[in-house]
Amino acid sequence: MASVTFKIWRGDKDGGSFADYQTDITEGMVVLDAVHQIQAESASDLACRWNCKAGKCGSCSAEVNGMPKLMCMTRMEDLPTDQPITIEPIHAFPIMKDLVTDVSWNYEVKKRIKKFKPRSPDAADGTWRIAQEDVDRVQEFRKCIECFLCQDVCHVLRDHHKHEEFIGPRFFVYAAALDMHPLDTENRLEDLKDEGGIGFCNITKCCTTVCPEHITITDNAIIPLKERVVDEFYDPIKKLAKIFTGK
Amino acid sequence: MSTLSGPLSAQRGFGQTARRDGWWIVPLLTFLGLFAFIVYSTWAAFQGEHYSFGPYLSPMYSPEIFGSSEHALFGPKPGWWPAILPFSPAFLILWAPGGFRFTCYYYRGAYYKSFWADPPACAVGEPRKSFCGENAMPLILQNIHRYFLYLAVGFIFFLSYDAWNAMWFTDTATGQESFGIGVGTIVLTLNVVFLGSYTFGCHSFRHLVGGALNKLSGRPARKKAYGCSSWLNQRHMKAAWMSLVWVAFSDIYVRMCSMGVWSDWRIL
Repeated sequence: MASVTFKIWRGDKDGGSFADYQTDITEGMVVLDAVHQIQAESASDLACRWNCKAGKCGSCSAEVNGMPKLMCMTRMEDLPTDQPITIEPIHAFPIMKDLVTDVSWNYEVKKRIKKFKPRSPDAADGTWRIAQEDVDRVQEFRKCIECFLCQDVCHVLRDHHKHEEFIGPRFFVYAAALDMHPLDTENRLEDLKDEGGIGFCNITKCCTTVCPEHITITDNAIIPLKERVVDEFYDPIKKLAKIFTGK
Repeated sequence: MSTLSGPLSAQRGFGQTARRDGWWIVPLLTFLGLFAFIVYSTWAAFQGEHYSFGPYLSPMYSPEIFGSSEHALFGPKPGWWPAILPFSPAFLILWAPGGFRFTCYYYRGAYYKSFWADPPACAVGEPRKSFCGENAMPLILQNIHRYFLYLAVGFIFFLSYDAWNAMWFTDTATGQESFGIGVGTIVLTLNVVFLGSYTFGCHSFRHLVGGALNKLSGRPARKKAYGCSSWLNQRHMKAAWMSLVWVAFSDIYVRMCSMGVWSDWRIL
């Protein structure tokens, strides 16, 4: 058993500061366990959002030693304990209290993305036939747990606060899941270019780095969508081909 | 677009972060690697000599459209070339692979971080307040990448031809050409392999061969091509660096042999 110091951000939308807490760490603990222990021992008013403690609900997103992480999936044994461990709320969204942020902006953005629009049913009973190999590609995107760590680490939101012009990696993954689905007939490319601001992404791959579900966000979702946007808006040969073929 | 419910924390200053790991190591190594390549390739392009040795032609000079070596496709330096400008066969071609790499999705991410600090690393503060990304000029021009890809694919054919040529040695006494393998043959063949791995794993190539489609079942050739390109794409960063280093090494090898500093060892 070792005593470890934590520097945890305490405050609300009007401001705050780091407060030091000490707690004993035992084998197998994750950061969320330590936070709960601190709540029990010395800071019963410390606000922290959590739910499943299994890396599936996406609630306990925070910044541990400066990196966006799920607290429930960050093992204490993987952190250097010779110095205080800092825990902060995620930076890309407004703070409510302590480690809790208001991520409701994301739900509003999601509502604005054009919904799944399947082609006419293949069979008279109103069902479709699709090959598994054609849906394999979008399965990866459906692993997203909406922890919004990718939104937090993306410097377009985090540092440049482009929330009015840029929807962030989470919603490019969402749009890719819809747009690359073999049954979908909707065209979202103009929205992705204009309202979604896909051009703001400068391919830092930070979203991919922090994704706890290991979704290859940049290579499999954002860049393929960028290429589709190029097809539609920036490729003169494609445009000419469209004029002649009508497709 | 939706608005936020409250204020956000202020943007951190340049280099500010709570990260404790060596976040600066990768951008620094990237900067040094790319800077070294730019300096070397510029120097090599300006030399205009020692770029071929027997059947070997440096990839920085291939295809040699006009030039003084036996590999030149259309003879020596053209008469219309302005006298006040220095001439090197590399000037006529290097812009194409250079443009391909400059607009490559991997390199974009890498040099935005290491050269522009935009951001310097994930969750690390950056020096500028304003940001347009690739949404406006000049970076919107990065969307031209696929056109450089088309050129780069052509280069793979030329370099493959060079690797084939590097297997045929002329006997200086008899003038007879015979099959052989030298270290240079292996160097130039590996160069094609690395460049091919990089080019055919390109995000635009992946899109072109199958990524643009939502349904690949019933299209076995495109499905296979998409699968192969995706496999290479997962290794795109490695291929980008290996091919970059190997192009420079191939040029150094041919140059050293041509200058008589190194001897080409014949294996067969």
